[in-house]
Amino acid sequence: MFKKIKYWGMGLALLLGAMQVYAVEFNQVVTDQSKLTFVSKQMGVGVDGKFGKFSASIAFDPAHLQTAKAQLDIVMSSIDAGSNEANDEVKDKEWFNVKAFPTAKFVSTAIKALDKNRYEIAGNLTIKGKTKPVTATFTMVPLNAQPATARFEGGFVLKRNDFGIGEGNWADPSVVADEVQIKFNLVAKGK
Amino acid sequence: MSTNPTRYTVPAIVLHWLISIMILGTFAVGLYMADLRLSPVKLKLFSWHKWSGITVLGLAMLRLTWRLFNQPPSLPDAMQKWQRNIATGLHHLLYLLMFLIPLSGWLMSSAKGFQVVYFGLWPLPDLISKNEIWADYLKEIHEFLNYGMIVLVIGHAAAALKHHFIDKDDVLIRMLPFLKSKTSSKDQK
Repeated sequence: MFKKIKYWGMGLALLLGAMQVYAVEFNQVVTDQSKLTFVSKQMGVGVDGKFGKFSASIAFDPAHLQTAKAQLDIVMSSIDAGSNEANDEVKDKEWFNVKAFPTAKFVSTAIKALDKNRYEIAGNLTIKGKTKPVTATFTMVPLNAQPATARFEGGFVLKRNDFGIGEGNWADPSVVADEVQIKFNLVAKGK
Repeated sequence: MSTNPTRYTVPAIVLHWLISIMILGTFAVGLYMADLRLSPVKLKLFSWHKWSGITVLGLAMLRLTWRLFNQPPSLPDAMQKWQRNIATGLHHLLYLLMFLIPLSGWLMSSAKGFQVVYFGLWPLPDLISKNEIWADYLKEIHEFLNYGMIVLVIGHAAAALKHHFIDKDDVLIRMLPFLKSKTSSKDQK
């Protein structure tokens, strides 16, 4: 009899322990381990770029997706578009108009599960004063149990002409492709 | 193969003129585009320049291979030894630069972080990883080799014209398409 209770107790303890790992709310983004990168295409050539400065705040508990949310604020002057020449160019009016629109923002509206550790996040993206709905998929990769740490990596395809990124002569998608692959890799800790 | 040909073979003539036209065109585009302000036109010109340069590299490989298996006509007997040495040296240098110039451009593109994608369709491997210092060095090297090439090409063309108009031999004619060389027409008679 005692033995049985002991087993049940052990089982329960193990279950709670396991749940603690997953029923955690990830809410502290480790900025210096997180990355926001993109790949633009010029004349068929993929060019890597990144944003050096951004802040992300998330509240993500896989067990309570209906209350999960994420917000990203990007400092547009921190862009690295692949070359010094491009970095000067993309801050101009025709591109990001960084003087008038120093930040870009993403605010989530809904997160749903697709598969084990795979999710879809929908939200509103504001660049250059224009707001459009976007949807990205991402994977949660558990890194550590105590303190609970996970990496959230995913991305989506942004159509630059939807936001007027590269106007005038630059709008021509045969030179700079309309589709830009955006990738995020956020490391977050939970409580 | 023991007979001494009087003319270059048709493939050698075709490759010679095709490559020379492409080199001049690619050089002119390169000279023009280098200091342009960033624009869609600049990106197009850079891509065309790279595709053309890679084409020259491919044609140069074809040409060298052909040259190794096909004996060119020998130089006129009237030429002095030192003239022969200069001619041979100049030809070797021209061959060397046909390879080194496209390769230095390809290296430079890799170092700048822009992969070469042939005709926008076929990605070529990056020869080195992105590195600003190397990119600057390679730009200097690419420029230097090109100015060297132009000096050699002027010397090459001047020598060919000298052979034709002053020495009145068939050194130029045997590389020209559609024209029969003096000796071969004599042979036919």
